[in-house]
Amino acid sequence: MSNESKVDCGRRRLVVATAAVGGVGALAALVPFLSSMLPSERAKAAGAPVEVDIGSIEPGQMITVEWRGKPVWIINRNPSMLETLPKLDDSVADPKSEKNMQPAYCKNETRSIKPEILVAVGICTHLGCSPSAKFKKGADEGMDSNWLGGFLCPCHGSTFDFAGRVFKSKPAPDNLEVPPHMYLSDKRILIGEDKKGA
Amino acid sequence: MALLFAPLTALASGASVHLDKAPDVQGDKAALQSGARTFVNYCLNCHGASFVRYNRLTDLGLTEQQIKENLMFTAVKTGETMRISARPEEQKIWFGAAPPDLSLVARARASEDGSGADWLYTYLRSFYVDENRPTGWNNTLFANVGMPNVLWQLQGQQVLNKEHHLELAVPGTLTPAEYDKQVGDLVGFLVWLAEPDAGFRKKIGFGVLAFLVVLFAFAYPLKKAYWKDVK
Amino acid sequence: MASNTNFEKYKSDGSLQGNLLEWFDARFPATSMWRGHLSEYYAPKNFNFWYFFGSLAMMVLVIQILTGIFLVMHYKPDASVNANGIPVAFASVEYIMRDVPWGWLIRYMHSTGASAFFIVVYLHMFRGMLYGSYRQPRELIWIFGTLLFLCLMAEAFMGYLLPWGQMSFWGAQVIVNLFSAIPLIGEPLSIWIRGDFVVGDATLNRFFSFHVIAVPLVLLGLVAAHILALHEVGSNNPDGVEIKKRKDVHGNPLDGIPFHPYYTVKDIVGVVVFLMVFSIIVFFAPEGGGYFLEYNNFLPADPLKTPPHIAPVWYFTPYYSLLRAMVWPLFGIDAKFWGVVAMGAGVVILAFLPWLDRSPVKSIRYRGPIFKTLLALFVIAFAILGFLGTKPPSYAFFGVIPGAPVAQVLSAFYFLYFLTMPWWSKIDKYKPEPDRVTM
Repeated sequence: MSNESKVDCGRRRLVVATAAVGGVGALAALVPFLSSMLPSERAKAAGAPVEVDIGSIEPGQMITVEWRGKPVWIINRNPSMLETLPKLDDSVADPKSEKNMQPAYCKNETRSIKPEILVAVGICTHLGCSPSAKFKKGADEGMDSNWLGGFLCPCHGSTFDFAGRVFKSKPAPDNLEVPPHMYLSDKRILIGEDKKGA
Repeated sequence: MALLFAPLTALASGASVHLDKAPDVQGDKAALQSGARTFVNYCLNCHGASFVRYNRLTDLGLTEQQIKENLMFTAVKTGETMRISARPEEQKIWFGAAPPDLSLVARARASEDGSGADWLYTYLRSFYVDENRPTGWNNTLFANVGMPNVLWQLQGQQVLNKEHHLELAVPGTLTPAEYDKQVGDLVGFLVWLAEPDAGFRKKIGFGVLAFLVVLFAFAYPLKKAYWKDVK
Repeated sequence: MASNTNFEKYKSDGSLQGNLLEWFDARFPATSMWRGHLSEYYAPKNFNFWYFFGSLAMMVLVIQILTGIFLVMHYKPDASVNANGIPVAFASVEYIMRDVPWGWLIRYMHSTGASAFFIVVYLHMFRGMLYGSYRQPRELIWIFGTLLFLCLMAEAFMGYLLPWGQMSFWGAQVIVNLFSAIPLIGEPLSIWIRGDFVVGDATLNRFFSFHVIAVPLVLLGLVAAHILALHEVGSNNPDGVEIKKRKDVHGNPLDGIPFHPYYTVKDIVGVVVFLMVFSIIVFFAPEGGGYFLEYNNFLPADPLKTPPHIAPVWYFTPYYSLLRAMVWPLFGIDAKFWGVVAMGAGVVILAFLPWLDRSPVKSIRYRGPIFKTLLALFVIAFAILGFLGTKPPSYAFFGVIPGAPVAQVLSAFYFLYFLTMPWWSKIDKYKPEPDRVTM
């Protein structure tokens, strides 16, 4: 009798140990399978930082480049565009860019590294449409007569100013995202990577 | 002596081809880097390696900066694949057939005669001058091959002598030994290219086997513990 | 004890857990399945080495399904050519091998798994032949098994097209063309199978559909039927003795032990050893010397250029040899047609084994010299047929003995082995079976 219970104990320990080792193996075997669902090298290459020559953007103009499959706007804001920003502090939802929608080095009045150059992801923070440019002041482009210029999202009518700040009481909750970026030289920027670690 | 063996080789040639053994340089990063240089300078003009991304070359001990400066001529981003600028349809018109993609050539050329590396190593050293061919070149391993000897300035010009053996008629910029080394490096690079994960695969394999041995060390006594009652 | 016994439903001890279990068991045969198929399924206690391969086949099936699910996430069945001049399907396999994290491992597991499946299944079938496991009352298990083997062949054949390499393409081309040998309907039939006049994008897409869903569903259904039938009549054993003849006071076979835990712990050891061998191939020799992954399949499919020598993957080659052995037209019909008939008959004839074998005993242990000799010759013939199937028809052993006539003689033997079995199995000597199993 006592002999039998002793045997059981040893066997029980073996069952637990084997199950534990086997379980570790099963978990380890899961790693390759689950990892295979992560972005592939192709996706990473497509999402790699993009180098852009900004020397040819005239003041008041913008270009759109693709980064990680999303449109990124680069706008060379002229002085009259920049002038509108402080005037709108009371009308926009997050005038001081308190929410984390930009790297720390862009948490300023113009939401940019250099005051004139805005780099922003052109995707509305509401449901992901791409807003259209409405740069002209007034009602010329179908906006209100007191419109100072900025962007209008065609889907649900959210509006943004020249720093990508969202206006109050619009469906979009946040300012447009400013992606990490850096200046390689005066005229070249790299979107998607910065040395400051954002 | 040659006469004595002639019938034997004739017999053998029906079934198989003699291939020279390619040196194994998989552990030699300097050799693989040299192979990569030869590859981008001489092969990548006509042949793509469209499954391989430039940044994969970091496995050979190169930095992205080095890859960008020394090995990339047409591509912009290191994440791009080693493509050629010519399109396959255009190449078909120029060459008659599009030069094959070389990503997998070292695996595809394996046969009962030897590894793909041996085939490539022999092939790249078997070109000879042949006026009857449109390119002016022929190959003892790959008869009437469409590709000219792109390495001829390095190797020099081989001709077929009366015994149908290769003979170096005009020396190139490299000595035969130097040339063999350079081709060996290139072939080593092509082997790496065909399966860049091969080294990692083997490393992981040892870990997996070690784990299974441990699991066995538990599972077998467990079986014994249950079965000792079965008479 | 068989699975059809009615087991008592679970009774709760009053705890929450117990109540939940009672509720569940009242609505689902959980207890009854557990006990009927595992803890009170009595298997003979004398299973030997050969009895590992059934559970291993199950293990490989799980590996194939699991790796297959993840491969389908990245694979693209598309025969059109990409910007680099490479077929999209071929490129997507290399994409898995290089760009998908750990994709190479999943792919090698799947490609090695295909060969492992056949190794395990061939050994499993051989076990049945050794110990007469197909004999009454297990005929239906054997027939389900033959159907499983056919399904597995279809599954492997269609899966082999998917990488869209040279061997994929030309292998499918040759096999589908075989159907065109059938008189009258052959030509339209092969066009219908391909959905095109050559193996093309339509073929690739339908093979993909069959490979990932249609055939696996049938396969799983047949596996269930195979196991249910087995558990109904109980397992055979190396002595070929029916353990149900001798029962203890509880009605359990004297020579039986509960499958769980005895055979679960034993099969775990088998699985671990199998995984060692499997890992050695996957991690150190995934090409299997050109047999598991054929070298020519590293070249993208080229409909304009046949590789100099095409052979099916090794697991089909014994049957491919049967096909090639038929070189004579009969009754005014092409030799090609009779080749197809021979290949098909080679598989189908297996299903008749339960009725061809007339020996009074089941197991090789009590059989006479005729059975032992012929079975050994059969295995050797099968292996040589397999070997010759990987070679071109012009192959000669040592450069002197021509392979083609050898294959024809062995093919004849293959069929004669079965067709004459009713006679020789009856006249063969035998020893009386023991009353109880021996360990």
